[in-house]
Amino acid sequence: MKAEVILEVNSISKTFGGVHAVSDVSFALGKGEVLGIIGPNGSGKTTLVNLITGFVQPDSGKVIFKASDITGMPSYKIANLGLTRTFQVMRPYYSLPAFKNLIIPLNSPRVKKTRSGRLGDIDAVAIDILEEIGFERDARVPYKPAGSLPLGYLKRLELARCLALSPEVIICDEIFSGLSMSEIAGLLPLLEKLQMQGVTLVMIEHRLRELFRLADRVIVMNFGQKIADGIPEDVMEDEEVKKAYLGRERKK
Amino acid sequence: MPKTARRKKRLDRSVKVRTEGLYALTSWSEITYLLLPRLVLIMGLLSLPFFLDMYWQRVLCAAGIYGLLALGFDFLAEFVGLVCLGGAFFIGAGGYISGLLNAYLGLSPLVCIPIATVAGAVISTLVLVPALRLRGIYFAIVSFMFPLFAVYIIVALSAFGGTEGISALDNLPNQWVEVYLILAAVLVSLFLLRRLVDEDMGLILRAIKDNDQAVKASGISITTYKIRAVFIAALIGCFGGAYLTHLYGWLGISLFGMDFSILPIAATVMGGMGTLAGGVLGALLLTPLSEALRGFGQLRVVLYCFILLLFIVYKPEGFLSYFQRKYHQFELWEEV
Ligand SMILES: Nc1ncnc2c1ncn2[C@@H]1O[C@H](COP(=O)(O)OP(=O)(O)OP(=O)(O)O)[C@@H](O)[C@H]1O
Ligand SMILES: [Mg+2]
Repeated sequence: MKAEVILEVNSISKTFGGVHAVSDVSFALGKGEVLGIIGPNGSGKTTLVNLITGFVQPDSGKVIFKASDITGMPSYKIANLGLTRTFQVMRPYYSLPAFKNLIIPLNSPRVKKTRSGRLGDIDAVAIDILEEIGFERDARVPYKPAGSLPLGYLKRLELARCLALSPEVIICDEIFSGLSMSEIAGLLPLLEKLQMQGVTLVMIEHRLRELFRLADRVIVMNFGQKIADGIPEDVMEDEEVKKAYLGRERKK
Repeated sequence: MPKTARRKKRLDRSVKVRTEGLYALTSWSEITYLLLPRLVLIMGLLSLPFFLDMYWQRVLCAAGIYGLLALGFDFLAEFVGLVCLGGAFFIGAGGYISGLLNAYLGLSPLVCIPIATVAGAVISTLVLVPALRLRGIYFAIVSFMFPLFAVYIIVALSAFGGTEGISALDNLPNQWVEVYLILAAVLVSLFLLRRLVDEDMGLILRAIKDNDQAVKASGISITTYKIRAVFIAALIGCFGGAYLTHLYGWLGISLFGMDFSILPIAATVMGGMGTLAGGVLGALLLTPLSEALRGFGQLRVVLYCFILLLFIVYKPEGFLSYFQRKYHQFELWEEV
C-alpha cells in the first residue's frame, strides 16, 4: 500500500554563476512520511529546500504540492498552503519575548482563516503552542526574551514558528546541528509526536544516527545531484554513498 | 581627617513597568514618575503658542510640519527598515493636490486638506511601490530622486503654475486654528504611531526589518506590510504638505525642496532614532535655528548636515534617549 503523494519534485535544477548547486533532482514525498536528506557540506541540500519553498527560483523543473504546481510561487504563498520550513541559520527576534515571535505566523492568512472566531487572545494561542513544544509555562520560559534562551529552545522556537501555521509539511534544515546529545533527546519525542499527528517531515541532517531513528527513507545528495534514495540501511550500504559521503567524512 | 576616595555610582530606578513583561503599577508615585515627562511635553507644546508672537507662531507651525516628516522618517527607518529620503515628495504631493483643489475648484482648505492627505498618500505610495523590493541604500537613493523628478516634470511642462507656482490660495480660518491644527496633528500622529509599533502590525514590521526571510516563511507577504507602512508615513507627510500650502497661501516647486527631505532626518538623529518623539523635539529645536539663519539660503542644508554629522559622531543615541537614560537612573557618591 503506497501512501498518497503530497509533494513532488520533478528534475529541478539551479546554478549559481557556474556552480551547479542542484542539478536534475526528482523525488516524491508520501503523506505522513519522514524523509531524510543527507549529503556533504555544499552538496545543495539547503538550495533544494529554498527551491521547494520558493526562496530561490529554479532554472528548470517543477514542484508540485497537493496536486497543484507551485513552481515560482512567492514563498509566503507556499507557506500559506501548508508547506513550511525552518532555517539552518535561525534569527529569532531576540529582543522580543519568545511567545511574541509567534505573533507573526499567527497573523498569516492561513491561520486567520482556519482559526477564525476561535482565535480569541492571540498571545494565549502563542503560549499554548510554545508550551506544547516544551517551553515550561510554570518557569515562565515563553515570556523570556528570545535572545536569552539557549540554543535548544531557539531550535524549538523555530519549529514552533512552523507549527503555528498548522502545516502539512515541515522541512527542517539541520535542526539538530549544534545541539548536545541531551538536547536532541529532548527534541526527538516532539518530532515523533508530529509524525504521529500526521505531519509530513523532511529532515536535512548531518547527525545520521539521530536521523535514522526517525526517517523512513533517505535521499543522499552530492555535488547537487541525488545519488541514492531508499531506506536508511540500504542507502548506507551503497558504494557511491560510502565514497561520496563517508569517504569525505573520514578525510576531515 | 582621612581622605576617602569616592566615586560616582549609577543605579537604575526600579520601576517595573519599564521592563519587558507584564507588571502592574503599584503606586501613585510610580504613575507620576512615568507620566510626568509625557505630560510636561504635551502641556508644554500646547501652551507654547500663548508665549509666541505671530511670527514665531508661524515658525512653530513649520516646526510641526518638520516634526510630522521626522515621525514618518523614524517610523519607516527604525521600524520597517526603509530609509526614505523623499520626505519632500510627501509635502509636494499633499501640497499641490490641496492647493490645486482650492485654486481650481474653490473648495475650502478644510475640505482640501483631508482629500489631499489621502490622495497624496495614495500617489506617493504608488510611486514608491516599485522601489519597495530594493534593499537598504537603493531604496534610499530612489526615494531621494522622486521629488527631483517631480520638479523637473512641473518645470518642463509648465504645469500647475510652472516655476512661478500659484499664489493667493485660501488660508485657514485664523492663526489659532493654524497653530493648534498642526500641534494636534503632531501629537495624534505621535500617539498613534507609538501604539502601532507595539501592536501586532508593528511587530510584523519590525520583524521584516530584522529578518524578512523568516517573515516570508511565516506566510506573511512582506510587500503588503511595507505598502501599508509607507502609506501611513505618506498620510502623515501629505497632511503636512497640504497644511503648509494653506499656511502660506501658495504652492510652488519649493514644496519639493530638499529641506523637507534633509531637516527631518537631522531632527530624528538629533532626538534619537527609534524614539519617535525625539524627531519631533529635534524639529522643534532645528526649525527656529533654521529660521534664524534664513539669510543663508541653501547654505542651511549644510548646517543640517553638519548637525547630523556631529550627532552621528558624538551622540549617536540622540538627546532624547540620553535624557531618558538619565531620568531612569539616579546617581550617588559612594566611598571606595
Ligand atoms: N545564493 C547563493 N549564491 C551563490 N551560490 C550559492 C548560493 N546558495 C548556495 N550556493 C552554492 O551552492 C552550493 C550548495 O549550497 P547549499 O547551501 O545548498 O549546500 P548544503 O548542502 O546546504 O551545505 P551545508 O551542509 O553546509 O548546509 C554551494 O557551493 C554554495 O556555495
Ligand atoms: Mg545547508
